[in-house]
Formats: sequence, C-alpha cells, structure tokens
Amino acid sequence: MADTALTAPLRSPLSQVAERLAAVTRTSGGAIRLAELPFLAQVDVRLDAKGAAADAVGLALGLRLPLEPNTVVRAGESNVLWLGPDEWLLIGPPDSERDLESRIREAAGDEPVSVTDVSAQRTTILVTGPRARDLLAHGCALDLHPRAFGSGRCAQTTLGRTQVVLVARDEPRAGFWVLVRSSFSGYLAEWLLDAATEYA
Amino acid sequence: MLLIPCPWCGPRDEAEFHYGGQAHVPYPEDPSALTDEEWARYLFFRDNPKGPFAERWSHAAGCRRWFNAVRDTATNEILTVYPPGEERPATPGPRPLRSVCAGVLPPVESDHETCSPPTAVHAAEPLQDRMGRGGDGAASISDSAAGQPFRHPTRGRIHRDAPLTFTFDGTEYQGLRGDTLASALLANGVIATGTSIRLGRPRGIFSAGVEEPNAVVQIEAPFPEPMLLATTVELYDGLVASSLSGQGRLTGEPDPARYDAVHAHCDLLVVGAGPAGLAAAAAAARSGARVVLADDQPESGGSLLGTAEHLDWVADVTGQLDNAPEVRVLRRTTVFGHYDDNHLLAVERRTNHLGADAPGYVSRERVWRIRARRVVLATGAHERSLAFADNDRPGVMLAASARTYVNRYGVLPGRHAVVLTTNDSAYAAALDLAAAGVDIAAIVDTRPAPGEWAERARQAGIDVMAGHAVTGTKGGARLTAVTVARYGESGGQREFTADLLLVSGGWNPVAHLFSQSGGTLRYHEELGSFVPDTCRQAVEVAGSASGVLDPAEVLAQGAAAGARAVEAEGFSPRQPSLPPVAARPRPTPAMHVYAVPGAPDSPRFVDLQRDVTVDDLARAAGAGLRSVEHTKRYTTAGTANDQGKTSGVLAGGVVADLLGVDVSALGTTTFRPPYTPVSFAALAGRDRGALSDPVRTTALHEWHVAHGALFENVGQWKRPWYYPRDGEDREAAVLRECAAARDGVALMDASTLGKIDVQGPDASVFLDRLYTNMMSTLKVGMIRYGVMCRPDGMVFDDGTVIRLAQNHFLVTTTTGNAAAVLDWMEEWQQTEWPGLKVHCTSVTEQWATVALVGPRSRDVLGALAPQLAVGKDDFPFMAWRETTVAGIGARVCRISFSGELAYEINVSPWEALTLWQSLHEAGSPYGITPYGTETMHVLRAEKGYPIIGQDTDGTVTPQDLGMGWAVSKKKPDFIGRRSYARADTVRPDRKHLVGLLPVDPAVFLPEGTHLVADSELPAPPVPMLGHVTSSYRSAALGRTFALALIKGGRDRIGERLYAPVGDRLVPVTVASPVLYDPEGARRDG
Repeated sequence: MADTALTAPLRSPLSQVAERLAAVTRTSGGAIRLAELPFLAQVDVRLDAKGAAADAVGLALGLRLPLEPNTVVRAGESNVLWLGPDEWLLIGPPDSERDLESRIREAAGDEPVSVTDVSAQRTTILVTGPRARDLLAHGCALDLHPRAFGSGRCAQTTLGRTQVVLVARDEPRAGFWVLVRSSFSGYLAEWLLDAATEYA
Repeated sequence: MLLIPCPWCGPRDEAEFHYGGQAHVPYPEDPSALTDEEWARYLFFRDNPKGPFAERWSHAAGCRRWFNAVRDTATNEILTVYPPGEERPATPGPRPLRSVCAGVLPPVESDHETCSPPTAVHAAEPLQDRMGRGGDGAASISDSAAGQPFRHPTRGRIHRDAPLTFTFDGTEYQGLRGDTLASALLANGVIATGTSIRLGRPRGIFSAGVEEPNAVVQIEAPFPEPMLLATTVELYDGLVASSLSGQGRLTGEPDPARYDAVHAHCDLLVVGAGPAGLAAAAAAARSGARVVLADDQPESGGSLLGTAEHLDWVADVTGQLDNAPEVRVLRRTTVFGHYDDNHLLAVERRTNHLGADAPGYVSRERVWRIRARRVVLATGAHERSLAFADNDRPGVMLAASARTYVNRYGVLPGRHAVVLTTNDSAYAAALDLAAAGVDIAAIVDTRPAPGEWAERARQAGIDVMAGHAVTGTKGGARLTAVTVARYGESGGQREFTADLLLVSGGWNPVAHLFSQSGGTLRYHEELGSFVPDTCRQAVEVAGSASGVLDPAEVLAQGAAAGARAVEAEGFSPRQPSLPPVAARPRPTPAMHVYAVPGAPDSPRFVDLQRDVTVDDLARAAGAGLRSVEHTKRYTTAGTANDQGKTSGVLAGGVVADLLGVDVSALGTTTFRPPYTPVSFAALAGRDRGALSDPVRTTALHEWHVAHGALFENVGQWKRPWYYPRDGEDREAAVLRECAAARDGVALMDASTLGKIDVQGPDASVFLDRLYTNMMSTLKVGMIRYGVMCRPDGMVFDDGTVIRLAQNHFLVTTTTGNAAAVLDWMEEWQQTEWPGLKVHCTSVTEQWATVALVGPRSRDVLGALAPQLAVGKDDFPFMAWRETTVAGIGARVCRISFSGELAYEINVSPWEALTLWQSLHEAGSPYGITPYGTETMHVLRAEKGYPIIGQDTDGTVTPQDLGMGWAVSKKKPDFIGRRSYARADTVRPDRKHLVGLLPVDPAVFLPEGTHLVADSELPAPPVPMLGHVTSSYRSAALGRTFALALIKGGRDRIGERLYAPVGDRLVPVTVASPVLYDPEGARRDG
C-alpha cells in the first residue's frame, strides 16, 4: 500500500478543470488564456523590515525584499511579493519550499523571523492574453490599467467574491498571476470560465 | 462605496475593510484593579459623536494591517489615517462645499485653429431636418411607409430600409429600425397605451424618454418583462408587448440571459452625451486623460437628436471620441447611482434591442461600477407638465417630446394640435411640427406678452393666444377638443378641435445624480425649478442640468467643465471645435404656473402615474401637511416607478400655491438611486446560481461526491453531512455511521477546521493572553484544548493548540470561525500588544485533515504507519507525531472529538486523496465507514462536547458550559478574565449546558424547544427556563437525547422539566451533559 502511495501523482486543486481552462484559449480565439500553475513553492516570511534579518535574508535569496507596498521583486526563478510591512510571500519553482525555508532560517540566525510553508494554501492561476485585463475587471475593483497596475505590481484584493493575490507579471504580455486559496479555487475557476464566455 | 486610504496599500474600496470600533480605548493595564463599573464602561460604552471620530479599521481583504482613521460621521469622509499606537493627529475639516456650476470660460488656450467661437451668431436659418431637407409643411403623409399613417416621408433618423414587425395588445404593426416602441405606435396612429392604476382612465404616450409616466408596458416576447417604458424600449423584430393598467406581471420562467458587471476607472466621467456632455468629452479627449462618456441613448446627441440641430457636429465629435485612445463611449448606458468618492453605477443595455437575435454568450445587461476622479454631469432637463382640467387624455404630450417624435423618429404624434405653454421653448416645437405638416390651431401662452418667439410663430401663420390657458379637454380614447380661456378666467371660452395638445410648463434640471452625490440644490428664479448648487465631491454640472438653456452657453459651459476636470488631474485639455449657433429670438422670461384653474368637477392631474390630482394635494394641505416629503407620503405623488420626474416640481409648486408660500421655500423631495428602474438580474450579474456565493471545498470533495455524500453548508464550506446507502434515510445512515465509529472504525474529512500557524519568541505569552487556559506550560510534542473568550467573558471559539517547537504553535479553530479568529489575533497583536514578537499565518488549506475514529483506528493506522509506535503509552492522548502514513509525510495528532480512540492525520492536500483511499482500503477488513458532520455532532453530543455557535450564542461563559477547568486560576490576566468577577457572570441562575433525556426514549425534541417547570402551562407570561441547543437519536444510548441551556441547570440534574412541543408538554429529565462513557474509558481504545 505504501508503495502505491509513493508513486501516486500529486493532485492540484484545479486538476479537474485543467482541460476546461485550456479550452478558453481556443474559444476566445487567443484573447484569453487560463491555466493553473500548480505546486509552486510558496513561503510566507515575516520579519522586521528594519532589522538585520531583512538584509541577511535578501542576501541569501539573491534579491532585496521589496519595501514599497504592493510590489514584486524577481530574481531568477523566484518572486518575492510585498504582502505587508513585515510580510512577504516568496514564490519559487515546485518542490523548492524546504530549501527556501532553510535558507531563510539560516540567514536570519538568531533574529526573530517567522517562516511558514504555504505552498498548498493557495494555488496560482495564470490569466493572460490580450483581454486578460478586461476579464479581471469583471470582478476586481482595483484599477488594473498599466498606469496604475503595471509590471511588478501586486495586490491583495478581491476577485469575484473571493480574496486573491494579484500579480502583474514583468512583461505586459505575460499577463497576471492570480493566487487564490485552494478551497476557493474551484469557485474562482468557474467564475473565470463564466466571465470568459463573453470573449467567445 | 467609500474609498478608504489604507496607510500601506492606498485607497481601496470600503468592502476590503473591517470596522473595529472606536480607537484609543486601550485595554486596561490591570483589569483586576478596576471596579465593576469601570470595567463595564470599558466593555460596553463608546462615544457616538457627530463629526470627526477616531476609529480602528483593518484592511481585512488586503494587507491585514490595522490602522486608525478619523472619519467625519456626518459626511463619511476619512480625514486622516495613522498607525495604531500613535496619538490622534489634528485633522483638517471636511472637504469644502464647492459651487458646481462654474462659469463658461475655459482656463485653457485654444490650440485648435478651426474652432469657432461658441457664441458666434450666424444668420437665422430655416428650421431643417437633419438631412437638410426643409421641413415641408405640405409633405404628403398619406402614403408613407407600409401602413404607418403618421410616418413623415423624410424626417427622422429611423432606417426606412429596415422594417420591423411587432405586436401590441394583439395587433400586428410595422415599425422601423431606430424606432422606440412608442414612436412605432405613434407612427401607426396608436397613442393610448393603457389605463391608469387607480381611476382606470385611458392614458397615452406623454413623453419621448425616461421621464414617461404613462406608457408603461409589459413585454411578452421574446422574454417577459414587466413595466418597461415604451418610450425607451428600442423596437426590434418580433417584439410583443401589451398595455398595462399601472402594474406589470413577473414571469415565473427563469431568465435565460446572462448579466455581468465591469469595474472601470477614469480621470473624467461625463454623464450625458448631449451638447454639454459631448463638448466636455471633446475637451478632455486626446489630453491623455482616461475619459468615459455614458449616455442612455443608442446614439450620441441628447436633446439635439430631438431638435435636429448641430447633428453634423455630433457626428464629428462622436467619431473623434470613438477613435481617441483612453476614451470609452458607453451607449445605451444609464448612470443610475452616484455614491461616495465619485463611485457611480451604470447599467448598459447591450443586447435588449436585438430581441430574439441577441447572442446568448453576450451579457444582456451590464452594470458598470465606475470610479471617477472627476465627474461632469450633463444630464439635461425634463420638461415640466401643467395641472389643468382633464390634462391626462391620450393626445396630451410634452411639447419637446412631440418635437422629438417629429425630428428624430419621423413621426407625427397627431394632425391637429394646440400648444399650451408658459415659456419660450414650446415655440420651437410648434414651428417644427407645423413645418412637418401638423396643423397648429393655436399656441396658448399664459404670458400676457410672449415676445419675439410669439412674433416668429405669428409670422409662420400660427395663432398665438397670449394671456390664455387651457381650461379643459374632451375626448375618450383620444383627445378630440381643447377648451381655451383667458388665463385665470372661465368665461369667453373657445373650443378647438385637436387630437394633440402640447404642454410646456418649463424645465426641471435633471439633478438626480447630483443630489445623490451629496450635492445641494437651490431655487432658480428664472426656471421656477431647482438647480445644482454646491457639493463636496469633485463634480461639475454643465448644460441644462445646471439650469442653462441657451444653446451656445450650454456648449461653452460643457467644454469648460471638461477642460477644467482633466486639467485638475494634470492633463492638458484642448479647446474643442463647437458648432456655430444661429441667432435666436430674444428670450422672454417664463411665467411660473403650476395649477391652471378649470372646471371644478374635472380632475387636474399632478402625478399621472399615481393618479394624484390637485384636489388630493389640497386634501393633504388641509390635513396640515406642510413638507413636500410628508405630502409625497400622504398622497403617493412621486412614488411611482417614474419617481416623479415630470411631477415632482409640479407637485411642489401646487403645494406652495395651496399653502401660500414660495415654491423655493419647500425644496424638493430626496433623490435616491436608482435614477431609473434597474432589474434585479442586472444587479445580481454573475453572482447567481452556482456562483451566487463562493463554495469552498476540500481536497477530498470529489471522493465525497462520488460516494454519494449529502452536503451541509458550514460557512461557505461544503462538508459531507452523511453518506446514505441505498434506501437509507438520514436517521438510518447516521445511526449506522455512529455505530461504526463506536464499535469499529470510521473516518471523516476534517480539513475544514481553521488552522493558524503562530511563531515567534513571544508566541506562548501571546497564546496565554488569548486563551482562557495556560498554553505556555504545554510541552513540545503535546496538544491542549483551548477556549477563547471575548473581553466580556463569553466564549468566542475553541480548538486545539499544538506545540510544534518552543516558539512555534499550530492552533485550530472551528470551521466557520477561522477567519474571525485570525482577525481577532491580528487585532490584539497589532493594536494592543505590538511589542510581542509573534506572527500569525493562516494555514487552513496547507493541510488536509482526516479524523480516524473508533476502537479499531489504531489497527488501521498501525498498518499504514510502520515507523510509528502506536501503543497507548508510546503515543499518548493529546500527543502528536511526525511520521509517514501510507508513505505520505504526515503529522498525526491523538485528538478525540467523540470520546473514542481517535487520530487526526494531517497531510498535504496534494496527497490527501491517496491517504484517504489508503485508509479506506486498510480499514476495509474492519468495515471502515466514512461519516459526516451529523454523525460527528451526535458523537460529540453524547460526550457533552459543545459546538461553539450551536450550543453557545455569545452569552455563554466557559463556566456555563461546565468548563471551568479550562479557565486558568494561575494566569494574572487573559482576555475575559476580569468579567468572571462581574456580578452577572456569578449569578447562580445562569444558564448551564446540561443533558436532557425525554422520559419517553423515542420522543425527539426539536432544537430550539423551550423548557418550563410545570406539567401544565400557567397563564402567560410563562417563565422560561432555557432551550434545547442540540438534539439527536443515539445509537450508543439506544434513545433520543438533547443538550440544553437551562437556568441553574447543573443544580437541577435529576429534575423533571417539560418541553412544549406542538400541543404537548413533553416530560424530560435533566442530566449531566456527558451521557456516554462518563469515565472516559474508551479514549485509549
């Protein structure tokens, strides 16, 4: 029994709707693309932005923790999102959460720092295509115009009737990441699919 | 929707925030040193000032930071925000009231060479239709389009090559694309559209727009919709409508159409695409500013469509706007609400006009939620009616509306007309109608000296009767004659044969949105009506909405307002080209007339839609009502779905006359959104059906569905309720599931429990303050049950605390309370104890949790967790272990919510299904049984474990629940502690949680049943002893039982009480809440 479990594939929250999400590319004529980016490493980091740990952690990760609210700093495969004045969300490639956590803890040393693996807490939905912004505007009260929410911006807000973390990716054409609590992801996927109907 | 400036994230919608009450009410340093009165003051008393008030807010849906804000409770403005712990700063006063109808001189230099001075006077031109073809009064109308006898052969913006077939009241007619239902009916000679709601009098099309009080119709096909205005329904092929007597019918059919919403942001929103709005948008376009222009018509032009003036300019500007980047023109879009911080709601009718051809994938209506930095309201004006005798007959029509039918729709609303006016504006209408071939018998003007316009009418061969008024009308289904006499006199009457009576009592600026925005109105002497005055928001009003009626001034004012708005936002406006305005006759002041004397037995209607007459208003005045708000409620004037657009000021004027006061002293009634009716479907948008509220599911949801679970909603979660087998009802399924958990092994998805990761050097101090019991003494590797209370001592939540490391805990919350508990923790940490080094992070979905319950659970777990020593001494109760279960990394906790040997296995949700299936397979030799929330409730109730929120209601202390053991006597303080010394919480007759056993073991007590002392009900009031909070059938006890909150319950154990159920008084015995295994022998298996 244990053997079968070892080989069982991981199941992401939106694995059951992956095909329907993919079909939007075709039905919208390429105007909108939707896809789950499953299993990304996500680590919540809490520390005093003015303390010694901030620089040390940044150094260990090869980046500077963003101090400007609602911005993202990218380094290689990792992105760090500002979530609060003492809180960041580190997003890395799948399976890197343990490595990230230990690097942060080591770098912080004796400084008080809280590191929490939240990789499964939220899943990530990629929303891209020429009409991506219009699609999100159906349910997001934030101004998503590039003047207000351009590359490198992120925000915790609501989309439809659920809370999300929204990330404008580095290039405008790369669209948005929508990070949503896993338990709400089924709802949000249905919401996005319904909103995308318009762009057929 | 307020914008609240989060100190970190900037302005966000108020919906993202959570209100935390008055700021600067610190938790007392030593609550135990306070008297009961001082403590009660801290708990229960808060200020409630009018004006600036310091409050706590949390950016709950954003960065989750708490902050303080000073809000003016009178204006709702947030005056400042600052961090918790800081002194309240001095705040500026609220935004000043600014005048909103500023001058016409734009503060910009023109860079547009071809622009014409807006006030340029050109030679007078003959009135023309838009095609430039002169209005030929002799034009034959007898053989016009396909049996539409009242269709003019050339005029109008309708598409003569696009005939449409429609049905009204069972008769089939032809209309043209570009018609409204009303114009198409008029083209066919149909003016009567129903009967009035109270008196049943025939009523006809009265206007050509949203102000229509009479032509309210029922659409029958393609989809039934009640109470739409024939004057705003665009005609489409296959439309079936019927007349109404004031009230429509809702369909029982589900609406198949889609509805949605869009959030939009702009530097400038211009409402109304008439001359002022177009000029404003043109000035702002190409400045780089983001501009939205919204208008309720299918094409731009506003009043110009009806007057057929400057239509080339309209087309030019519209073309420019359509092609300008960052400019969005919303057609068929009614802005219906203007709220705080320039948040405006609009509804766009996207496919209604396509009828059955509407594509199903496009939303039929769309709500626009627009956040504008600045707003220019160019909403125009509505023509006012007059209250004369029998003024409600079909054929009585507002003068400018008749002009619109002629010029815009190419329809003659009648053949022989009389015009009644108190002002200049009706003359242009009369001249246009005459030019189109309508015989104008007379213009009846109440003014003794109507001036140059009258002269012009006389030159055109129209008889003008100065100083006269209409004193009565005749007719049945349609007007046949009009009686005219000298104004104020009844003698010397003349009768005119007429099928059309045009009325103009002056103009009412459309101030609805402005008023909703918080703006004040003032009386405008020339108009005899109310105009926008001052406002705190960044709003300007332009055009006739501001009371300006002169066309050149309207255009210039609009351009200036648009320029000022974008300039204020840092953009450089351009002077748009404005059309040359022809010289007009010199205006003569209007006469302010509201009620016109007439025959005493003929009703003079003020509100046509509510059948309210001058006599009704007189009765209200006679009853002593002096305010227009009271008169409105007494008579219902202005309360119909037109909300008094044509009747409001008229009613005010009549009341003023009756009371002998000036109309300016009475003011108007309050304008409230929506400006025009909006369908519930549009407001609901996408939030209906399966998307009406988010559904939260666990990683195991599909398994539950596949195995026939029925679900219970817990908060937004779908939790398996029970898993019925073939033919089982709930009772049978739950008894079976309970038996499996007590006798064998069962498993449940417990993933929905809230989980919060608490880390930091001060984590244990923090938890000691939040929980009633001691957490700092918990050993790493162990688990403790904990209770959380509010400062008033009442239970708020309960759960377990797992110590993962010296400075690292994981706490669980009840399913429905997870977010509230995290907010609670954050609030105390951020606002009261910012010095504590501790962080809280939600990890609810980071873990999937499976409860494995029953005497055989150890066998199942042991089989799957070879590295785990599962013996009761190796793995004691309330301990946790890190191990692998079925090859999956797991944290196993020995927790029981049933009294049985039990484990909670926590794994990654990505692997939860594998775990569940492995457990199911490994447990099959023991008959492992999945169970749901109902069984969980029975099992815990048998053990007397309360469910917070079911057995408690915010008035219950831990002691009331019999959990005094969970309240620390050693800790100097924790939240709630001081309240346990209050007189109220030590009363002996507080309600205690106890068990109840019906004397007849088969009798089931419904939850909520009250309990009384005697076997016969005394005369009311009957003293109530308490109520049933939980009630079940128990497989283990072989009977029914209940939990109840009973006054002094623990002292009544063994007593007989009575429960009124229906007509019976059911005898019950009070018992200990722990009814099963009171010794706790089963816990270790």
